[in-house]
Amino acid sequence: MASGIKDKVVILGMGCTRFGERWDAGAEELMVEAFDEALGDAGIGRKEIGAAWLGSCMDEVNIGKSALPASIALRLDNIPVTRVENYCATGTEAFRGAVYAVAAGACDIALAIGVEKLKDTGYGGLPGLDIGTMPPLWWPNLSAPGVFAQVASAYMKKFNVSRDELKRALAEISAKSHVNGAKNPKAHLQKAVSCDAILAAPMIAEPLGLFDCCGVSDGAACAIVTTPEIAQSLGKKADELVAIKALQLSLSNGAEGGYNAWDGAYIPTTRKASSRAYAEAGIRDPRKELSMIEVHDCFSITELVTMEDLGISAEGGAIRDIMDGFYNADGKIPCQIDGGLKCFGHPIGASGIRMVYEMYLQLSGRAGARQLPAPVYGLTHNLGGFPHQNVVGISVVGRYR
Amino acid sequence: MLGITSFGAYIPRLRLVRAVGAQANAWFNSAVLAQSSGERAMANWDEDALTMAVEAARDALSGRARDDIGAVFFGSTTHPFADRQNAGLLAGALDLPEAIVASDLAGSQKAGTGTLLAALNHAAAGHRGESLAVAGEHRRARAGSVQELLYGDAAAAFSIGRDQVIAEFLGSHSTSVDFVDHYRRADSDFEYHWEERWIRDEGYMKLVPASIAAALAKLEIDGASVDHFILPENTAKLAAAVAKRCGIAESSARDGLLGNVGLTGAAHPLLLLAHALEDARPGQTLIVVGFGQGCDVLAFRTTEALDRLARRHAVSGSLARRKEERNYQKFMAFNEVLVMEKGLRAESNPQTALTTQYRHRRMLLGLVGGRCTQCGTPQLPPADVCVNPACQHTGPMSPYRFADEPARIKTWSADNLTFTPDPPAHYGMVEFERGGRFMADITDYDVGAVSVGQAVRMVFRVRGRDPVRGITRYFWKAAPVYGAKEA
Repeated sequence: MASGIKDKVVILGMGCTRFGERWDAGAEELMVEAFDEALGDAGIGRKEIGAAWLGSCMDEVNIGKSALPASIALRLDNIPVTRVENYCATGTEAFRGAVYAVAAGACDIALAIGVEKLKDTGYGGLPGLDIGTMPPLWWPNLSAPGVFAQVASAYMKKFNVSRDELKRALAEISAKSHVNGAKNPKAHLQKAVSCDAILAAPMIAEPLGLFDCCGVSDGAACAIVTTPEIAQSLGKKADELVAIKALQLSLSNGAEGGYNAWDGAYIPTTRKASSRAYAEAGIRDPRKELSMIEVHDCFSITELVTMEDLGISAEGGAIRDIMDGFYNADGKIPCQIDGGLKCFGHPIGASGIRMVYEMYLQLSGRAGARQLPAPVYGLTHNLGGFPHQNVVGISVVGRYR
Repeated sequence: MLGITSFGAYIPRLRLVRAVGAQANAWFNSAVLAQSSGERAMANWDEDALTMAVEAARDALSGRARDDIGAVFFGSTTHPFADRQNAGLLAGALDLPEAIVASDLAGSQKAGTGTLLAALNHAAAGHRGESLAVAGEHRRARAGSVQELLYGDAAAAFSIGRDQVIAEFLGSHSTSVDFVDHYRRADSDFEYHWEERWIRDEGYMKLVPASIAAALAKLEIDGASVDHFILPENTAKLAAAVAKRCGIAESSARDGLLGNVGLTGAAHPLLLLAHALEDARPGQTLIVVGFGQGCDVLAFRTTEALDRLARRHAVSGSLARRKEERNYQKFMAFNEVLVMEKGLRAESNPQTALTTQYRHRRMLLGLVGGRCTQCGTPQLPPADVCVNPACQHTGPMSPYRFADEPARIKTWSADNLTFTPDPPAHYGMVEFERGGRFMADITDYDVGAVSVGQAVRMVFRVRGRDPVRGITRYFWKAAPVYGAKEA
């Protein structure tokens, strides 16, 4: 019987670049920027890292294939470096590789680094995906907002919500992230925006307007992980350590997109991954026990249904919680306290690690102007792919023991 | 008895209001003002001669067995491929058996009547099964030309056989004369035209009547006995004048559909024949003329079986399924007469892997998925392991045709970001009432009138064009059935 990951691995150090339109930097420079911060935070040298995982998604405009760009840019010591890719859940996948390596005893200290250089395309939005030879022959020319907007159409139908009512709740979601992002010096978008401005923005994919979509950003984030024992031997105090409490992944098997059962108004994999994560972390009531969450708010509608899929808001109840301020910085469970994908930005390969970075800062009391009082558990939710076939990565982090 | 056993037709939904095109170009060529009246059928950006031919043939085959078809002939001067059998693509889209004679007829406005002759000859030679004669046309013309407004896009189809014949084939007469009213070289995009008055005097009023007279004499048909005279005309009342010259009642000349469809090239005689069969009563005589460097003249007589054939969508149904288009720029863009700035996103155009396309040909061309042999779940794409979470049976599936299955929109969006020649791109989860779903393009939609629960009909359309490698990719899309009840 699997014993789970809880408290077997702790974070030794983390780093994260400023996200945004980093015309000044390529993926290599971004990786070094995040890595240097993490090394300094961990208080170790690069030669002490035993293995590394690189997460990057967009071959087409980023660093291409293999883990070599990370090994070379970071001048790693000829250690094993593995590149992972799992759509927008890539960052969590890299983190998972490093955490599991330490838990398995394969190495003492492991590195997870995620990076994406998106702004080398010549246009706004994500670049087109290389999806193999068969999908282009029959899939629509899907864009990310176009596929996530599908969820909105299904949600309105299922819960008999009017377009206006949904749009207002979606605007609140984005406005809240803008307020939070304004307090984050590393965020791509650091300006508060009114709900009226959000509602007046140009339509991207019905019913999602410009402000319902997250930032397309360059950036890198990294984590250095080890065992609690090694962390203490390196001088870290046991009661200040941030430990991984749960790490779960769930992938679609084609049922949502090919079998007439799913109603399109929720993400089944989020439900599966989160319930497994709660069991692994020993969380019985997430609405009561979670202190903060960083969810995959690639689009406002994604955040809305995620609230329900995580078991925090009741089914059909997310709108009420959102309008009540439940997820605001001063609410019961602040969501996207760092601005989220919406305002911190979404350099794909880095995002999953960026979410953990914010949880880590909050749990360490180092979150500056956006510091929450005494958080206990933080959850990250990283979603890759499309609503009808996707990858969901969930982590729960908290103080060690 | 040999003859027509069924028929069908397809006219695209969009109708360009001619006046807007005429007004846009009158400053340059005042002759286009003569084409200001009525409207012309306008193919959507994802329609071409092949996709329209598929729709016409589906109409002809609706409610009829298709495993018995032994030959398919596809006539057009605008086949999408010069060297890849268009009739084979048509057969694939109809999911006809692979043991079939497939042949393209091209090169002249007679290509349409040529398919009828080919199909009739095939059946007359004693080959098994029915044969299909299909013609589709999507001609391009330069901006500001008369043809741009005169022409229309459409297709028509006929099944030919010996059982349950609705119109007996009485015989035919063909002539070949290098009378060049217009031409288009194999590598040219546009036609070159000679003076209309000469075409009328020397072509319509001399060559055509001579061919018809020879046919009537050969077949011993009295001109006065002809009930439906079918001749594509390029100006109103010309067919009636030709009829009169041939001793056929002027009143028997069929409406040339110039005012509401336009001249649909090689498809036009077949389109008019389909229209005539919608109106005809048993025991009537029909003369069909195809004119292009000579004539094909065919004669038919309707039978009692005509009344037993279920009503087709055909021309009347197509005329009723209509959406006015007043955006002449869009017409030019769809016909690639106007060069639009498509943006960087349009550059993404992956190579078409012909190996992949071949392996999945039945799904890609015929929208054939799989049906689990264990639990019976229809699914697309067909897979080795059933998609039903409660089944997941491993093993080959039986083929399952989704094309004619009723379906509804489950989720949707209108996407302004992704590239499409006609933004916003509409796509969504399409769910089939008897099982199966997939994320599909939506076409022939009205912006603002797409909704969850809306009934759709699957249609074979252009999925994309790859100008770098010169290939057109086809797949099936969902077209809303406007007027249908929401689920």
